[in-house]
Amino acid sequence: MTAVAEERAIPRVAVAKKRRMRPGRVGLHAFLIAISALWLFPLLWCVYTSLRPYGDTAKNGYVSIATSLTFQNYFNAWDQGKIPMFFLNTIIILVPALIVVLLLASAIAFAVSRFSFRFNLFLLMLFTAGNLLPAQVIITPLYRMYLALPLPAPLSTNGNWYDQYFGIMMIHIAFQLGFCTFVLSNFMKTLPKELTEAALVDGASVFRTFWQVILPLCRPPLAALATLEFTFIYNDFFWALVLMFTGNKRPITSALNNLQGQFFSDNNLLAAGAIIIAAPTLIIYFILQKQFIRGLTLGSTKG
Amino acid sequence: MAATTNVAGAPKRRRRLSLLTRQDKIVLGLAVGIPAFLHISLVWVPTFSSILLSFTKWNGIGGLEKIQFIGLDNYVNIFTKYPPFWPAIQHNFIWLGVFLFIATPIGVFFAVLLDKNIRGTRFYQSAIYLPVVLSLAIVGFIWQLQYAPEEGFINNVLGTNHEGAFISWLGDRNINLAAVLVAASWRHIGYIMVLYLAGLKGVDPSLREAASIDGASERQTFFRVVIPILKPINVVVLVITVIESLRAFDIVYVINKGQNGLELLSVLITQNIAGESARIGFGSALAVILLVISVGPIIVFLTRTFEEPS
Repeated sequence: MTAVAEERAIPRVAVAKKRRMRPGRVGLHAFLIAISALWLFPLLWCVYTSLRPYGDTAKNGYVSIATSLTFQNYFNAWDQGKIPMFFLNTIIILVPALIVVLLLASAIAFAVSRFSFRFNLFLLMLFTAGNLLPAQVIITPLYRMYLALPLPAPLSTNGNWYDQYFGIMMIHIAFQLGFCTFVLSNFMKTLPKELTEAALVDGASVFRTFWQVILPLCRPPLAALATLEFTFIYNDFFWALVLMFTGNKRPITSALNNLQGQFFSDNNLLAAGAIIIAAPTLIIYFILQKQFIRGLTLGSTKG
Repeated sequence: MAATTNVAGAPKRRRRLSLLTRQDKIVLGLAVGIPAFLHISLVWVPTFSSILLSFTKWNGIGGLEKIQFIGLDNYVNIFTKYPPFWPAIQHNFIWLGVFLFIATPIGVFFAVLLDKNIRGTRFYQSAIYLPVVLSLAIVGFIWQLQYAPEEGFINNVLGTNHEGAFISWLGDRNINLAAVLVAASWRHIGYIMVLYLAGLKGVDPSLREAASIDGASERQTFFRVVIPILKPINVVVLVITVIESLRAFDIVYVINKGQNGLELLSVLITQNIAGESARIGFGSALAVILLVISVGPIIVFLTRTFEEPS
């Protein structure tokens, strides 16, 4: 039935499209192609530069037809920039932060959206406002707090939160909780009330209701948030720059600051390094574009 | 809870609560308590500490007992004796102005173009949206390849890539802010486009049809019908634009650590945190100024978001 209906619909769409292809449309396409090319150009230029041997660009200039293309810059950037070490730093911080933030945000979103507390609205407003604060508003006292807060041995090498993976992880969790809670509670509010009530009447504990009834229904926003938060945390430059003193312990985006000039001595190497560092977010974007965009728009539209 | 004024809601609420065992209440308490504790202690405690510390003098050496209360001195010094302050404020507002009046409208314009059921719209969207997934630090790197005096693309094309003719896009304090803003807008435009596109997709098509049947032109329909419906998303876009402008930091920091024409409020705060130049009270006062500027858009966003449920 549906197949027939679709078949019938197709010619009509095609006709509509053909009819719409007026000169105005051609102009629109030309404009959009030009804009797309303009938008892609800086990144493509970076890829092009990264694939050219330094000798070639030194002799012919950067704006010239390449005589040869090679991945050598990537190998050099990878080794000289100690990229694997910085990637590992990012993973150590990002993976636990991502899991914990989604878990905690789901928990509080569940509690405030499915049950009535006195401070529901106040808490949600606090979280939402917290997520909008510029990081620099809190950094000075936070830095002093990190120096003063004790942290035992396996988590800390110096006895406090400063200069530790744990500290960077925690600020990501605390800060991103705002956005994730906002999105998840908006979503959970749209789920029918009867779901929780029925489960509770049937004798399920609150935890089971959360874990087996509500959470499975939250897969779409959780997938979108995971994608988005991955890029947010991966792209963080500021927290680790200030709260992580040891350069070799910094995650990769913050490490950029040291890599420039010190290891990436020429533009070809710099370009290759930039592409390597951008690669994880670009790959995520190409694979999970829909999730990524849904995550962003979930935060901006209610429910 | 019992003292609720919501008569209709009261019995329902009580019944639901009675279903909860003690264990359930502990679970709920932890579900709220742990995230709230983390968020409040690492975000809001520092925010209020910033306000308190802004009235004090402390270089961070020695314990908290070394903190001296000095009233409004930090603010007076910032406004009268701190040379980078007014340029930073100016740059922040130029940033805001460019985002608000140039980048954001361009993003909206692209969204409107891409909302017309056209072929290949996914490709166009992906291309314009691509920079949004990159960190501003990487954006800074990528644009250095365009802006570098000798090796950069732009000077090579303009023929200004040799001694005596160099245009120092990122070094000349008269033009580097504009150059950085081009790079930052490259990312911001895509961001706004996606947000707005989602809003436009949610507009009921029958409203447009009705307008066009009534003889409204495409432009009239957009400005008189679509824009008013999109008021909620307009507010979000506006708030995001302001907040992003105030948060700007990474891109100027990777380019030249935010000096020589690229001073921003965020950079000045960061310079006062640590090291020999640590001035905690002074840096906090700068942070409070940033906070005061941010409070407006935050309140707008909160009222927009939380006004309806009540």
